[in-house]
Amino acid sequence: MERLKDIKCVVWDLDHTIWDGVLLESGDVKLRARIKEVIEQLDRRGILHSIASKNDAELAWAKLTELGIAEYFLYPEIHWDAKSISIQRIQQNINIGMDAILFVDDQPFELEEVKSVHADVQVLHADHYETMLNDPRLMPRFITADSSRRRQMYQADTLRKQAEEQYEGPSEKFLASLGMKFTIYEATEDDLQRAEELTVRTNQLNATGITYSYEELHQLMTSQDYLLLVCELEDKYGTYGKIGLALIHKQPDIWRLNMLLMSCRVMSRGAGSVLLTYIMREARQQGKQMLADFRETGRNRMMNISYRFAGFTQLSADPDGKIVFSHDLKQVVEFPDYIEVCVPERQHQ
Amino acid sequence: MDYRQEIREFIGNNLTMEHEDAQISDNDNYFEMRFVNSLFAMRLVDFVERRFQIEIGNDDLDLANFSTINRLHDLIERKLAAKEVAR
Repeated sequence: MERLKDIKCVVWDLDHTIWDGVLLESGDVKLRARIKEVIEQLDRRGILHSIASKNDAELAWAKLTELGIAEYFLYPEIHWDAKSISIQRIQQNINIGMDAILFVDDQPFELEEVKSVHADVQVLHADHYETMLNDPRLMPRFITADSSRRRQMYQADTLRKQAEEQYEGPSEKFLASLGMKFTIYEATEDDLQRAEELTVRTNQLNATGITYSYEELHQLMTSQDYLLLVCELEDKYGTYGKIGLALIHKQPDIWRLNMLLMSCRVMSRGAGSVLLTYIMREARQQGKQMLADFRETGRNRMMNISYRFAGFTQLSADPDGKIVFSHDLKQVVEFPDYIEVCVPERQHQ
Repeated sequence: MDYRQEIREFIGNNLTMEHEDAQISDNDNYFEMRFVNSLFAMRLVDFVERRFQIEIGNDDLDLANFSTINRLHDLIERKLAAKEVAR
């Protein structure tokens, strides 16, 4: 059987879906039984919520606030436009695949309208909302600290975007104003679930496109021959969580970078090359040369460019798009001055 | 055609030097002068491809082709000439 695609965001209708009744006809609508529990549970699992409702925006938002659930919804679309348009905006704002969205509505017309425009969106009739907690598509394999605070991270990101839009002047000055702190450390058992999640979720900034299971990562982490690094980023708006991962195969004269990946969230923060820079500096200090594996996946060109522009040269390439890069480390670059890089003492002994 | 002015503008808009009044001349290596973030690198390649309707393959995706305004200009002229011949 085909594996069901995991859902990352549930988009809800309001009238007759989240609450009984029609808000514009009666201000006294009541939440449907257990709906709050469903929303809260999914939120804790790291699944995001949004809204696509044909309603009066101000009135609907006031009602959601009064009912105590407004905080759960990101990028709500409350207006009279087609729901397919709402879904598209939500998808772009959150930056996930269409097939990672579940749209819940009580009207077959709306479900079909969305399906007709976005065939990949998954849909559910509102009458079945109580099945959601047991739906395998809504049960991520692991619940990590990062998944349970995913919503807060998106909300902090909205604040950042607003600040960035209001900021006039060079973008690097803006980056400097964020007070970013980038921490790099060796993975421990606690990091592995998130590490697996990162290899599965990251596409654009994954140097090989290879995903690793928890068990594989655990084996690599405990091996003397490998170094598994995790990094975290935070700024004045809060943490971005664990956003990068690198796997280094330690050989006598060479460090071979088997895997390098960064979450897309840090791309626009100018922090995408910090981990690579750190590894290059560390390898050089230990008198090693570097090799790095890369495989074209059609979506990870930025990684290709990152390696080449960091001074890596192509050692070999096969027809499948697998490339091995090498670097003599005669020249290494500095970290950007708008990011504080923290590395705990006694690393990599 | 001389595209240097367009390249200068793009670099100027997307790269901030440490000192406000720092100038980048056409032969300055702006990658050596500062940390290069992946996003700038990606934008630069993207700008060249879109603006000049050329494709930059792995063979040309070399820092040496992108590191100064003059070198980038050479690359663009070379790619445009090759495109013309292929037509």
